[in-house]
Amino acid sequence: MRITVDTERCMGSGMCVLTAEEVFDQREDDGKVVVLRPEPPAGDRDAVREAVGLCPAGAITLSAGDRT
Amino acid sequence: MGEAPHTITTLPTERPPGRPFDPPPELVEARRHGPISAYTFPGGKQGWLVTGFDLVRQVLADQRFSSRKELMLHPTVDYGDFVVPPAPPGEFLLMDEPRHGRYRRPLTARFTVRRMRLLTERIEQVTAEHLDAMAKAGPPADLVTAFAKPIPAVMICELLGVPYEERGSFQENVDKFMDGETNDEDLMAAYTSTQEYLAGLVAAKRANPTDDVLSELTESDLDDEELRGIALILLAAGIDTTANMLSLGTFALLRHPEQLAALRGDPALADRAVEELLRYLSVAKTFMRTALEDVEVGGQLIRAGSPVIASYHTANRDPDRFTDPHGLDLARQEGGHLAFGHGIHQCLGQQLARVEMRVAFPALLGRFPTLRLAVDPEEVDLRPETADIYGVKRLPVTWDA
Repeated sequence: MRITVDTERCMGSGMCVLTAEEVFDQREDDGKVVVLRPEPPAGDRDAVREAVGLCPAGAITLSAGDRT
Repeated sequence: MGEAPHTITTLPTERPPGRPFDPPPELVEARRHGPISAYTFPGGKQGWLVTGFDLVRQVLADQRFSSRKELMLHPTVDYGDFVVPPAPPGEFLLMDEPRHGRYRRPLTARFTVRRMRLLTERIEQVTAEHLDAMAKAGPPADLVTAFAKPIPAVMICELLGVPYEERGSFQENVDKFMDGETNDEDLMAAYTSTQEYLAGLVAAKRANPTDDVLSELTESDLDDEELRGIALILLAAGIDTTANMLSLGTFALLRHPEQLAALRGDPALADRAVEELLRYLSVAKTFMRTALEDVEVGGQLIRAGSPVIASYHTANRDPDRFTDPHGLDLARQEGGHLAFGHGIHQCLGQQLARVEMRVAFPALLGRFPTLRLAVDPEEVDLRPETADIYGVKRLPVTWDA
């Protein structure tokens, strides 16, 4: 699994951080998303999928990564 | 396109006796017929009522549905030819991009998950102070004035930089905006007096900046009128919404003793419990949108200019989305709800509200192990369905001293 984010769309709701805090954070200066682990470990992937669904701006997309 | 939609002719103005937590049956019934219903607005304009979870989400995520105040039609009152002006500068809730972003963007970094979590200790302190005062003065107590209102009010005032001793009159005026029962003349007076207060506050922050959000914003290119508008909606939203969640939430817990016992026994349940109370109660129950162009939603063609009512509280009880939707289950595993909305207008203060509730509910239950209603549940005074934010007016409680 590989995570890409669109910081133009991101509105800084923090839902991804709330849902998968090992994987996402928010920038200090504008609250927008930072991906800490673009290829999240297996244990975080369910939370990442949930975060994708919860994002109010539709700013997170997933693609198949090298190790999926 | 699509088959003839289900039609509803009037919107309910109150909830049935004995079921204060459920959306009005007329709305649940509309959802049963389908996720979108046709609704003729007073005055004859053809519009829509959206009650399905997926469709409400879809409408809120689609910027072809406008939030602009000047396009909005009141769902139950016909104001005739009265022309509604655009939202005043700073009041970004009822704006579209790019106006909305100009005001919301500088605020985003101040309300992040991390920054709100840093407030946990302060919220614990404020909560403990109010619980101490409540224990000392009672039993009994009105939980609204002793607990639910002051905790979020102190927090949003500290964040914005409203001096504590100036909070009282300001809060009274906000109550008038929100209670759904104040007449137009009193509303105007409350609005004017609030604007005057905020003008003074903004001037004070410009002259002597302090360590708070409003002072930080004086360093941006926003002018005084814009800052006043931003301060108004942040304060109103911060004061009224969480307060109603705390009081109505406590009422709901007291009416579900097995759920209350579960939360009291396991404070680690608080995170999930708060999400479930948000879903179950959905105090911000209805928001309006207006189609800017023809859009198809759920097989129906919504024509440009048509008003759309998004029914959050009905959507959060959608049986296609939630198992046993009308049950309060604090351990519910199904995440996601629309209590804070969706799309670009999703609640800016949601992470603050979460931290406040995650602290306050367990603290209340822990402090008063015998907390109970001091009146029959039927006697608890509820806000009318016409109020923007639902809740109890007073919640008389008692306990074994």
